[in-house]
Amino acid sequence: MRDDLLLRAVARLLIPFILLFALYVQFHGDFGPGGGFQAGVIFAAGIIFYALIFGLEATRTILPERWVESLMAIGVLVYAGIGFAGIALGGNFLDYRVLDHDAVHGQHRGIFWVEVGVALTVCGVMLKIFYLFAGRGSVDTDDEDNA
Amino acid sequence: MIAPMDSVILIALLLMMLVTVALIIRGRNLFGLVVLGGVYSFLMATVLYVLDAVDVAMTEAAVGAGISTVLLLGALYLCGSESSKPMHRPWGALLLSVALAGMLVAGLAGLPEFSDPAAAIHHHVVSRYLEDSVTEIDVPNVVTAVLASYRGYDTLGETTVVFTAGAGVIALLRRRRRTERDTTPRGGNDAR
Repeated sequence: MRDDLLLRAVARLLIPFILLFALYVQFHGDFGPGGGFQAGVIFAAGIIFYALIFGLEATRTILPERWVESLMAIGVLVYAGIGFAGIALGGNFLDYRVLDHDAVHGQHRGIFWVEVGVALTVCGVMLKIFYLFAGRGSVDTDDEDNA
Repeated sequence: MIAPMDSVILIALLLMMLVTVALIIRGRNLFGLVVLGGVYSFLMATVLYVLDAVDVAMTEAAVGAGISTVLLLGALYLCGSESSKPMHRPWGALLLSVALAGMLVAGLAGLPEFSDPAAAIHHHVVSRYLEDSVTEIDVPNVVTAVLASYRGYDTLGETTVVFTAGAGVIALLRRRRRTERDTTPRGGNDAR
């Protein structure tokens, strides 16, 4: 689909907004609907859209598979790390109240990082599954004909 | 309760979903079926939006309609098949489906009214979350407060499940790099 001008133009226009919307869903999740899972999925969908239009190779250079695999693990580690940080600061596992001098601020801090962890893992897993599927045969054969 | 305007929209959406299901049952072209599945997911997402479950709607639209459609199309491409054989006599399956649907509809009669504040599910711990989360956590979105703080253990478990699923897919689908490079003369194109 690389040579389809319309698709390329629409993708160029839309993808930044999709990624921005994912970040909005992530960081506005405390106030409006949304949160880590939705943000991670929307971000991954934006990247997959890019891969469908511009090809898997181009996507791999922007977001190497090694990074994507690391994201999967880093997310869980960030989440569990917040839990252990609670223990280290004298609370229980996943007790956010001790993360800041004020219990409510500690809750905010804990929720923020927990949501970041969820988003990283979900985004990494979705992208990795897509990379594996697309890399096996070829979802984007069209570039081979047009290259 | 659902506003009258909302119920009109809901009925229209549910009718469209019924039509989509009928098309899916009749269809034999697998590409068309995958696209219809995406259509069904988008309708479902709209229904969830009308029911004020916006975060579930976002998930349904992104995962159900977006990513799974792409993955299914990829799988179709890999399998290289375009149409499924017509089923011969699906009477057993039909009977099973009808029986299951009958049980589900019978179960519906036992459920409380939609958004009934007196329903059991809105009591046990929910009232405490609603009353105390403002002073304890001070996050306006109670769903976030429950998922990330009160039920932090569950969400950690869910994140681990997602991670494990990804690791399982990697273990199943990863190709051995070295043999791939040795057998592919195309150099940089080996990822296709």
